[in-house]
Amino acid sequence: MSKKIIATTSLAGCFGCHMSILDIDERILDLIELVEFNKSPIDDIKKFTKQVDIGIIEGGCCNSENVEVLKYFRENCNILVSLGECAIMGGLPALRNGIPIEECIHEAYIDGPTVKLNEEKILPNDVELPMLLDNVYPCHDIVKIDYFLPGCPPRADLIWNALVALITGNEMDLPYELIKFD
Amino acid sequence: MKEKIKTILQKYNNDRGRLMDILIDLMENSGYIDDFSVSVLAEDLKISAAQVRETISFYHFFSEKPKAKFNIYLNNSITSCLRGFSSIKSTFEAESGIKFGEISSDGLIGLFETSCVGMNDQGPAAIINDKIFTNLTPYRARKLIESIKDGKTLDGLVYENYGDGNNSHPLMNSMVYNNIRKKSILLDENYERFDVIKNIIKNSSSEEVIQIIEDSNLRGRGGAGFPTGLKWKFGSRMPGEHKVIICNADEGEPGTFKDRVMLTQYNDLVFEGMVLSAFATKADMGVLYLRYEYKYMLKYLNSILDEMRENNLLGSNISGIEGFNFDIRIQLGAGAYVCGEESALIESMEGKRGEPRDKPPFPVEKGYLDLPTIVNNVETLASAVKIVKNGAKWYSSFGTKDSLGTKLLSVSGDCRFPGIYEVEWGTSIREVLEMAGADNVQAVQVGGPSGTLINVKDIDHLSKTELMKWYKPSGMMAAQKSFDRKLSYSDLPTGGSIIIFNKERDILSDVVMNFMDFFIEESCGSCSTCRNLPRIMKEKLQKIINGHGVRDDIDDLLNWGKIIKVSRCGLGQTAANPVLSSILNFRHLYEEHVMAMTDYDNQFDLGKSVSAANSFVGRKLIHKHS
Repeated sequence: MSKKIIATTSLAGCFGCHMSILDIDERILDLIELVEFNKSPIDDIKKFTKQVDIGIIEGGCCNSENVEVLKYFRENCNILVSLGECAIMGGLPALRNGIPIEECIHEAYIDGPTVKLNEEKILPNDVELPMLLDNVYPCHDIVKIDYFLPGCPPRADLIWNALVALITGNEMDLPYELIKFD
Repeated sequence: MKEKIKTILQKYNNDRGRLMDILIDLMENSGYIDDFSVSVLAEDLKISAAQVRETISFYHFFSEKPKAKFNIYLNNSITSCLRGFSSIKSTFEAESGIKFGEISSDGLIGLFETSCVGMNDQGPAAIINDKIFTNLTPYRARKLIESIKDGKTLDGLVYENYGDGNNSHPLMNSMVYNNIRKKSILLDENYERFDVIKNIIKNSSSEEVIQIIEDSNLRGRGGAGFPTGLKWKFGSRMPGEHKVIICNADEGEPGTFKDRVMLTQYNDLVFEGMVLSAFATKADMGVLYLRYEYKYMLKYLNSILDEMRENNLLGSNISGIEGFNFDIRIQLGAGAYVCGEESALIESMEGKRGEPRDKPPFPVEKGYLDLPTIVNNVETLASAVKIVKNGAKWYSSFGTKDSLGTKLLSVSGDCRFPGIYEVEWGTSIREVLEMAGADNVQAVQVGGPSGTLINVKDIDHLSKTELMKWYKPSGMMAAQKSFDRKLSYSDLPTGGSIIIFNKERDILSDVVMNFMDFFIEESCGSCSTCRNLPRIMKEKLQKIINGHGVRDDIDDLLNWGKIIKVSRCGLGQTAANPVLSSILNFRHLYEEHVMAMTDYDNQFDLGKSVSAANSFVGRKLIHKHS
């Protein structure tokens, strides 16, 4: 059996879900036997070098770069998985949904209690910067997502079981404890 | 100001349970409830300001901001929309120079939308300072605003004769018409006022009365159909010195207006029914919960209660029956559909937000002020009087085997004769359409937005011989989707709202969207399912209507519809019905809209999404990432 190829990325997330991937501990050695990583912060490959079997997305979309990256993943991955609360629902960043984006920017760069050094009241508008979206979107609002793994972050065992199921093609082992959150 | 508030508080003995009445009086007095009033209320009622505010904010007709001298509440229910709501709305806006939701700068005119006001047979209707203005047109809207600007009084705005029957009573002076189109055993002339209290219960026991009701198989007419005799039996067996009878006249289901007609024209029958059920269950406290939209009847109804008190039909030792003490007060609501749910209604009566309670305990065990409480619909109580008068056997000669007696239907929409029809249970939808003079019918909504949307197509396409195959040997229809379905508890139970749509109507964007807006507006917000799902279902439906839908979207709607069933009350559980019922019976409309060749479309437009932020930070170029 040829190795499955995996890619991961963190969009508008905190990298907590990636930390949870690392929480599979020594099983990462088993994982390396089963898969090969392509574009991912884990190996720092920036661009896809081949078609990938499984793309894992942490975080939702809050700016144009997130959207571009997500679409880039959709084009290059056979299966896309939304990993964690932010990818699935927008998560904490989505708290700004419902507040006009103008107010958010004003609070962040002009009016906020921690803004000390912006006497010229400059708003970041360099062409190199990603553009802010009006809302924070869950990934499935931008592209088709095939699987969703809930949690904040999802537990390592959940990630592990899901990967094993996707790689082996067997049904996923999903004990109640893995999706119980309180 | 403080004196005013104190006077109102004294009127209700500083009882926090009467907060609804106190707030209604305050609204009437000052037009709104300001911070100062809230603090005085909180102090004198010994509750927190937040508790006062949470009640105020729950109800549509309470306000913490000043209201105008003339507050126009235009009804946005479906039949109103079918008959020109949008042009009337824009006329009001153009003539007054303000938008809906605003008040003119001189404080003269305020424009607001409101859910169904129980005038579907004579809409579009508006409530202006508690007075109902029916059959609105853009012309009338223009004249109304002109008259208001000319300094006319509220009564000076009236443009039609006062309505038929008691609608013209000097205490009512209302333009509303009863529009009774068909009378049967409940509405006919065979009724001697208060005969049952005066002569019949005197010579019978409460057990006998309950037995008659049980034998008659009378079931709750509000829609749920709980056996009335059983409810009364539970009530009578509950221990305790005090028990409560509530008559639920908070009919808020869009399309029903039968309780309005009952209370206008047959209020003696209804009040007699309350006394009767008090006799049967040994209750001593009676409350008629009247929706705020019907406030124009309040004086008149109170005059009937006064008359009953004078004649010893209310009060102590009623009709000479030793120890039978019972009186009725009228509790006004303040605009909240969910208060039609009995436990929400009770919460509201206690001066709280009208959020449904967890059950059990049921109201009959622990209801108003934790007392055993029997809640009955207006029509149920009136029917009970006729049954006790004429006997269970007489009653069971009407209707079908499982649904005895008659039902009041509130018929509206695309038909020549909207109004009240009293039909026997077992009447088919087709017969109702014939009675109402409805042609070219596409669909019928039975039971309001929470009910069923029935498709006429299924039956019209079939030939006579094919049609026969649909019948079971017993003559009962086997088919589920047809106009030959019969109104009954086994086939098509209903609280009586029948709304007819002709073939020109767009079922999805006219009808279903309107109903979803209704549920979004009226959710009390307690359960996350009912608070959120109707909103995202409406977004999904809009996506489908916009032509961005895919097949999965229809499945999503069906699946989400199942989740909503975990909501606490009937409103939440049925809030997805407009979508579910239209998918079931009009699936082809959805299929026509969705794209067959693609399995994903998100409607997401990056350029549109970034435009607000870009223009705020002064960024002209849309930069493309590689």
